[in-house]
Amino acid sequence: MKLAKTITTLSFSLIMLFSLPGCQTNSSKQLLKADESQVKMRSIQTRAFDTTDKNKTLRTVIATLQDLGFVVDKADETLGSVSATKLDGYQLRMTVTVRPKGNRQLLVRANAQYNLTAVNDPEIYQDFFSALGKSMFLSAHSVE
Amino acid sequence: MINQKTRYTWCVIAIIIALAGCQTIPKDALKLKPESLEKRALQTRIYEGIAETDILSASAGVMQDLGFNIDESETKLGVIVGSKERDATEAGQVAAAIVLALLGGGAMAIDKNQKLRLSLVVRPASEGGGQKHLVRVTFQRIIWNTQNRITRAEGLEQPEIYQEFFDRLSKAVFLEGQKI
Repeated sequence: MKLAKTITTLSFSLIMLFSLPGCQTNSSKQLLKADESQVKMRSIQTRAFDTTDKNKTLRTVIATLQDLGFVVDKADETLGSVSATKLDGYQLRMTVTVRPKGNRQLLVRANAQYNLTAVNDPEIYQDFFSALGKSMFLSAHSVE
Repeated sequence: MINQKTRYTWCVIAIIIALAGCQTIPKDALKLKPESLEKRALQTRIYEGIAETDILSASAGVMQDLGFNIDESETKLGVIVGSKERDATEAGQVAAAIVLALLGGGAMAIDKNQKLRLSLVVRPASEGGGQKHLVRVTFQRIIWNTQNRITRAEGLEQPEIYQEFFDRLSKAVFLEGQKI
């Protein structure tokens, strides 16, 4: 009986302790917070495509986002950026940018935010780029 | 002295609090699903023999007819984004709230406002030599209740909505084409 009591008290304290790291002391630090190493995130979020047609690539990005259930928020050809939101009981916001790499390729970078957190899962980005690759009729090259 | 049962209850509550912080993205959030193609067909129409800019201005007109405000547009990419805010009260919920109040359950929060958004995208079809354009529209909405909490955030997929929107757009495109 005594042992059971100690165990429950101990596990209760442990659980409280684990839930504490979620508590932040200064929330403005979130502004410049990056969750993973910059280099690693860049390579997860970026692919190169063998085309130089920025307009067509952006239009394909938009079409892919629509295929995935997004509604476009903003698009800018000059800047080469598209932002879109998916609502499905959750809020998933994505920004995709397209810019030239050398004179034969375009770099497509995507970043996503799920409710209040940044998406760092490489598989999620892989899914996006494989959907995009299919619509582009081009393969997505990883970038180091 | 707190008894064993109370302690267990607290443990469970603590676990729930700890878990609530870990909301992770559904694994299939960015996967193309078999129904994605169906949705594409539902949300897309093809227009022939009319310039992209004419389709866009006809679309902007239809959006205004439906009371949408235009939030964003980029004609170089064929994109128009619009939204409107409207009442979201539904008779069923009001009735349920009244019944609950009569039974002494206190005030129940019911849906109050909704923000409806649409994005409309025009792009040249891969075939058709620039004379054929695909128009795809997607709708979504967020609903807030009387306590200002979001109760629903969803894409709208009822076929009737798209059918009616494109009926209106087809008329507008025709008139735009005739320059009436």
